[in-house]
Amino acid sequence: MPKAKVTFQDIGVSVTVPAGTRLIEVSEKVGAGITYGCREGECCTCLTRIVSGAENLAAPSVLEDQVLKDNLAPRAHRLACQAQILGGDVVVRPA
Amino acid sequence: MRAAGLSEKAVAIAPGIHWVGALDPHLRSFDIILRTANGTTYNAYVVRGSEGVAVIDTVKENFSDDFFRRLESVAGYDEITTIVLNHLEPDHSGALPELLRRAPQARVYLSSRAQMMLKALLKPSGGGAPDYTPVTTGDEVDLGGRTLHFLHTPYLHWPDTQCTYVVEEGVLFSGDVFGCHFCGARLFNDSVGDFRFSFEYYYAHIMRPFREHILDAVSLIEPLELATIAPAHGPILRHLPREYLHRYRELATPRLYNEARSEKTLVIFYLSAYGNTRAMAEAIAAGAERIGGVRVSLYDLEGGDAEIFTDLVEEADGLAFGSPTINADAVKPIWDLLSSLTSVNIKGKLGVAFGSYGWSGEAVRLIEDRLRGLKMRVPVEGLRVKLVPDPGELDECGALGEQIARHLTGRIEERVIDMSELVG
Repeated sequence: MPKAKVTFQDIGVSVTVPAGTRLIEVSEKVGAGITYGCREGECCTCLTRIVSGAENLAAPSVLEDQVLKDNLAPRAHRLACQAQILGGDVVVRPA
Repeated sequence: MRAAGLSEKAVAIAPGIHWVGALDPHLRSFDIILRTANGTTYNAYVVRGSEGVAVIDTVKENFSDDFFRRLESVAGYDEITTIVLNHLEPDHSGALPELLRRAPQARVYLSSRAQMMLKALLKPSGGGAPDYTPVTTGDEVDLGGRTLHFLHTPYLHWPDTQCTYVVEEGVLFSGDVFGCHFCGARLFNDSVGDFRFSFEYYYAHIMRPFREHILDAVSLIEPLELATIAPAHGPILRHLPREYLHRYRELATPRLYNEARSEKTLVIFYLSAYGNTRAMAEAIAAGAERIGGVRVSLYDLEGGDAEIFTDLVEEADGLAFGSPTINADAVKPIWDLLSSLTSVNIKGKLGVAFGSYGWSGEAVRLIEDRLRGLKMRVPVEGLRVKLVPDPGELDECGALGEQIARHLTGRIEERVIDMSELVG
């Protein structure tokens, strides 16, 4: 299975993950500072800054796009409960 | 429901600006979590300009009759051009569906984050969303001689909240911020009697978890010329309104700022039946102290009450909770404390659990789950020790303290792991 690497910059931990993993599946287990509310892409609690490798994430869904817009999210920010890692390296930190 | 001593008509609060709200003197419990000894008010307002009329917020649904009666005393429905929703909680939006039915031509102005809530609130009324415009700081609506200037002040106390300022009169419609659950038929702060206890209680139970947002909002409001602060509950603040702004700044400013500016703070709470969990707590504290840059405090939960500990939690950067396992659970004082923290903001604080156990040791994992549920980060796996910690296990406790201190001070060692190594 193709692998990817996600680095949680706030705790200095990088995790190798299978391609297709969502950030939410890793960040809590590793103890990163990203926090969650609804876990369904609605509340924007898990807004996360993509420090680098944004191109290695699946494009946001219509719902995620709308929620980011409604919450005035800055550029290069995604919802950790939605963002799926496709491959390569991604570096993130809590917004 | 009527309150004695107040006309059924609108009450002028400034030239061209009226209160059209409702009194609810018999309310005793609000939103389940708040008590009030003399009820509350639902404050809505009307602003009249030469080119249009704006309604600012509405009231709880079962007080709609009072609201519409007062509204009709100063404006016709066909004159209403603008409806401003500073906060969409049902006690302020309850009469909105009926208002939209009576004034379908009006355009709604609300914050960007309120849009989804508006649609969700209007579901039962069957209609689609009305014409609305999301606004942010600096956006204005010109009513002709009365300009509504919007201020983006989110999370006071919902994501959708905003304030609206009438430039020409210096009136700030603040929503819930600067409000309180106090019902005085005289309406104004200089005539209702002493309501300070209510103002402070409201801050402590509604606004306190959002103190960073409070400080942002206060900074946005401070430069304004303020004649009156007109909140959505409680007295209208026309006498010395700036005093209330100052008080909010004071209440929202972190209290340890001057004392511990350069150090991180770690508070370790524990309970111990036979001294084993206490020995772990002391070893963790010693470990954290060894790293430096962290101020460590130890508290036995048997020696205080949750209210004082809540204050400590609010100011701390890191929190460790130690509990023995009794009958497969953490002990009650831990849960009492962990269920008292909704009044402060603990999102993103570092949390750790530890404890001694006799048979099964569930407490540590249960506490960790709760810490994650409270939106704390739990970067270090908790530590369980069977009964009496031996010197090697106390060393492990010390190492845990060191790890906590490294995380708090940003001196963590970078590492690479595989997802399969992660538990849970």
